[in-house]
Amino acid sequence: MTDLLVAIIVATLAAGTPLVFAALGELVAEKSGVLNLGVEGMMLVGAIAAFAATAASGSAWAGVLAGMGAGAAMALVFAVLALTLQANQVAAGLALSIFGVGLSAFAGKPYESVALQAPQTFLLPVLSDIPVLGPMLFSHQPLVYVSWAVFGLVAWFLYRTRQGLVLRAVGEAPASATAIGYPVIAIRYAATLFGGAMAGVGGAFLSVVYTPMWVENMTAGRGWIALALVVFATWRPARVLVGAYLFGGVTITQFFAQGAGTAIPSQLLSSLPYLATILVLVLISRNPNTIRLNAPVSLGKSYHPDG
Amino acid sequence: MRGIRGLAVVAAAGLLAAGSTVAQQPLRIGFVYVSPVGDAGWTYQHDLARRDLEKALGGKVTTKYVENVPEGADAERVIRELAATGHQLVFTTSFGYMNPTIKVAKAFPKVNFEHATGYKRDKNVGTYNARFYEGRYLTGIVAGRMTKSNVAGYVAAFPIPEVLQGINAFTRGMRSVNPKAEVRVIWVNSWYDPGREREAAMTLISQGADVVTQHTDSTAPVQAAQEKGVYAIGYHSDMSKYGPKAHLTASTHIWSGHYQKVAQDVLAGKYQPSNVWGGIKDGMVKLAPFNPAVPKDVQDQVAKAEADIVAGKLHPFGGPVKDQAGKERVPAGKNMPDDQLAVMDYYVEGVVGQLPKK
Repeated sequence: MTDLLVAIIVATLAAGTPLVFAALGELVAEKSGVLNLGVEGMMLVGAIAAFAATAASGSAWAGVLAGMGAGAAMALVFAVLALTLQANQVAAGLALSIFGVGLSAFAGKPYESVALQAPQTFLLPVLSDIPVLGPMLFSHQPLVYVSWAVFGLVAWFLYRTRQGLVLRAVGEAPASATAIGYPVIAIRYAATLFGGAMAGVGGAFLSVVYTPMWVENMTAGRGWIALALVVFATWRPARVLVGAYLFGGVTITQFFAQGAGTAIPSQLLSSLPYLATILVLVLISRNPNTIRLNAPVSLGKSYHPDG
Repeated sequence: MRGIRGLAVVAAAGLLAAGSTVAQQPLRIGFVYVSPVGDAGWTYQHDLARRDLEKALGGKVTTKYVENVPEGADAERVIRELAATGHQLVFTTSFGYMNPTIKVAKAFPKVNFEHATGYKRDKNVGTYNARFYEGRYLTGIVAGRMTKSNVAGYVAAFPIPEVLQGINAFTRGMRSVNPKAEVRVIWVNSWYDPGREREAAMTLISQGADVVTQHTDSTAPVQAAQEKGVYAIGYHSDMSKYGPKAHLTASTHIWSGHYQKVAQDVLAGKYQPSNVWGGIKDGMVKLAPFNPAVPKDVQDQVAKAEADIVAGKLHPFGGPVKDQAGKERVPAGKNMPDDQLAVMDYYVEGVVGQLPKK
């Protein structure tokens, strides 16, 4: 029984990791008032860049860095369009997603037949020797631990630092922030680039660690799920984490249920991750005050300091 | 002397060729693919056959393909464009192209169409499909002999007859050599989602499966098996590159023979649309080379079964066929007729779990 539980938890944490990265990145961008719908495209471009770099260098870490850079580069395209040129954020984000799908497919052509070795899991010393908890929580791919660190940093930055407060202020009332003398556009650029870099790392996790291969459109909609997670989690990092693992967990559990031979229709089981995640997040976030308090007021609105 | 005679032969052949064909132009053949060609999978196998066709018929044909065409309105536009730009033969290689193919065929009565895996035909539309289940039965024998846990895992896309034929034939092949064997199935409800295919394969492995096979399009299950140190059996294409230790063999689709025959018939002006459902005997289904880990006697056993299928002595659904509930679907001494195969909607004995009821 514990073996089964350990297997489910380990698989859940791995399945949720790309969502954790992408959703935390998007959360920071949205907190600054930028709605970037291009997550799927940024993940895909990050995935192919990471794959190509890993194939060339043999190092998964080089791949992760390349994925991060490529995701940020995609976000930069969006930022120039939406922040400097004041294009509609929704339209620019959608365009970025579609562009990313095509660009990654084009760039990925030569890599379709390349196979990579999955990196080794990393056992945290001492901690991984704890019975049950050790194999469950401390015997993962290194990027899983990194995602926890990113979560901690994002939560700390947004709610415990002055800079985090400024970033949130920019998302709430950009005009006031400008009046006090903060560089609204520069801050939004930084937040958007961070979001792109994290989406790129999420993509890199998929192509280099999780299923070490490149295939066209391999994110299969995970970018859109990350976007939805941010909204349903009412822009709170801890809830994003809960949502991502819930989604991963229900996906994995329904596979176990199927493999064990339950009579529930597989189509229904396949829809459970979406239903359960939305239901739980809506329930824990149903207080209208929390939504009002946490939703960035200027989300998705173009802003220019000169009015 | 020799050179002159050679020249004469060439000249004579040229005259003959000019006399026998009305059009001097090579036959233009179009292909419509549902996904990118890639390096393994359903579309890749069709493209292999297309390249073989160009090689085999040399200057007599030219081919063109359009890849990644969604099933629906886009498909009709692409098929229509191929027909309108002088292609006299068009292969549409996915089930969802059925209605667009029929529709365009009515508008271009002089163009011939061949649609894969469909059931609608017309004066200028033929259909073709392969008896994939024959290959599945053979790979089931390999799985049955190689498993130690007596559990095989099957990552499946959608519960339609073609997929169920595969699961059931695999299970029957496996149990024909290993009566204790059981097959666990996980439906991922997608033809193509590497992440979920991997998760499903990993789940099956942690539930005791030591041979994993799939009816989905990516190579993720083979890679998962390689990572976990268990065996895998590929589908569509030889996937050994993705799991050098794990990949025992694969059931692959070979369309070359059919494409060459149809092209030659059209060239000779005697093309007749028909419904082709070919198997191992017709060269449309073939096993990929065995992994060295498969012992000689297992390979021989598979070869024997293969020869029996070709000779008609063995049918993967030769009676008695019992479904999970113990109901007899085919009595002893009979083979399952094609019309029953085409509507299969149950698991046979040996598959664990219940198939969702409609």
